[in-house]
Amino acid sequence: MSSEMEDLYQDIILDHNKRPRNYRPLPLATHHADGNNPMCGDEIDLYLVVKDGVIEEVTFQGQGCAISKASASLLTERLTGASVAEAHAAFKDVMDLLKDTSREADLAEDGDMAALSGVRKFPARIKCATLAWHALEAALTGEAEASTE
Amino acid sequence: MNSTDFDPQFWRAQFPILQQTVNGHPLVYLDNAATTQKPQVVIDAVSGYYRKDNANIHRGVHALSQRATVAYEACRELAAGFLGTSDSREIIFVRGATEGINLVAQSFVRPRVQPGDCVLITEMEHHANIVPWQLLAEEKGIELLVAPVSEKGEVELDAWKALLKARRPVIAACVHVSNSLGTINPVEAMIEAAHAVGVPVLLDAAQSTPHFAVDVSVLKPDFLVLSGHKLFGPTGIGILYGRYDLLASMPPYQGGGDMIQKVSFAKTTYKKPPERFEAGTPDIAGVIGLAAAFQFLNGMDRAAAAAYETSLGQYAESQLRRIEGLRIIGEAEDKASVVSFLIGDIHAHDVGTFLDQDGIAIRAGHHCTQPIMQKLGISGTARASFAFYNTMEEVDQLVAGVQKIVKFFRD
Repeated sequence: MSSEMEDLYQDIILDHNKRPRNYRPLPLATHHADGNNPMCGDEIDLYLVVKDGVIEEVTFQGQGCAISKASASLLTERLTGASVAEAHAAFKDVMDLLKDTSREADLAEDGDMAALSGVRKFPARIKCATLAWHALEAALTGEAEASTE
Repeated sequence: MNSTDFDPQFWRAQFPILQQTVNGHPLVYLDNAATTQKPQVVIDAVSGYYRKDNANIHRGVHALSQRATVAYEACRELAAGFLGTSDSREIIFVRGATEGINLVAQSFVRPRVQPGDCVLITEMEHHANIVPWQLLAEEKGIELLVAPVSEKGEVELDAWKALLKARRPVIAACVHVSNSLGTINPVEAMIEAAHAVGVPVLLDAAQSTPHFAVDVSVLKPDFLVLSGHKLFGPTGIGILYGRYDLLASMPPYQGGGDMIQKVSFAKTTYKKPPERFEAGTPDIAGVIGLAAAFQFLNGMDRAAAAAYETSLGQYAESQLRRIEGLRIIGEAEDKASVVSFLIGDIHAHDVGTFLDQDGIAIRAGHHCTQPIMQKLGISGTARASFAFYNTMEEVDQLVAGVQKIVKFFRD
């Protein structure tokens, strides 16, 4: 397997794909958005419980490839307990990480999210990785739906 | 017909794009249902037009314009022959099957409908044969009826017939070959049933014409659409075939140059079909390239090619089925060489990315047929679609590639 493929399908990604964290609906969600990628039909439902500006719980469910599922799973791990302001900042940060090829992924700074930076070599797959994050932004800004387009 | 009567290497050699490597491997192009590759004669026809004959058609008195006009109109004759009509006025050049369907929706159906009327389609249609009718339904208050498709991927003929009888739609529109399931629909019976109750039929032949001869004098559709780029011709050009009496009854689809008899601010009169439906300077290079594609296909024993493609598809299915956890999506009795599949919980996109690393091009996703995917309870498939230039060795490479993916995700 090529090194690009090894970067794309890192163990962290494969693990989150096989055992997605926080994979369930939240009946008491205060925020929810349905993210979909019209190009492929993938769909990720993101649920949040936000209290006093803090994301107490965040979960997801849906249909997606290894990349989009792992990205959503990583999102839930990263943002549980984060403030809404931190979530917005994380969104910008992740978009930057996934799209800016000049930027070195930094394990210390980006944590497990760094594992997603392998998509930069696969332009057709970047939207898989951003799907859950678009859903996050939509949910926090009160939109019911998000699209990667 | 025995598939050994067909020599795929002879035809393959005429497609320069297939002689390359991708990601360090010889290209295995199995995305023919999305678009087909172009033989050298098509590429030469397009570039030859721009090098030697480029001029606007139907109006110039100079030599170049006359040459371009002759070449353009010659394609109309070729298309008529290709589709089995003796009347080339029944051939309209459009951008592709999608535009052809929109033209019929807007110029044939729209002026004829009242609120409460309906249009009949099937559950396995491409979005191109769903959305134009939905746009009309929203605007005109008409209903879109959908004939169901079985789990195997076959249209339920009894339901199709019952809906025709009970509801008498303004038009029935159906796909000949499903791009996502490969099903070859029994369109002769479907069209006959519609005609029995006086319902005209539009046949979406975008996926059938690349695989086998489609003859309107046998099938008798009232309209038929195809896309040039799926037929080894250029992108951006396609054909709408329409029964002349119906075309003659229809208002223009777009207004502009080349479709008018006489223009004044008081009143403009339109030309007869086909010119009435070809406003503006058309895709002349596309038409000339398409003509070359028709000639290329006319030089081939298409029945032998179809038999060979069927054997490719069947071989691929039988080899893929041996992979544990793999299931074929679309198991109609009568299928074109389109093989959709899923493997356990491995997502089609991941399959597509892995195969691309081996130089194998397939399509992953819903293939613009979301409703049938929803019906089957899936979000998409991995799809290998074959043309006559594909080989049994390429099938083996596909299967080996899929086996590697299974191993990777299982380990």
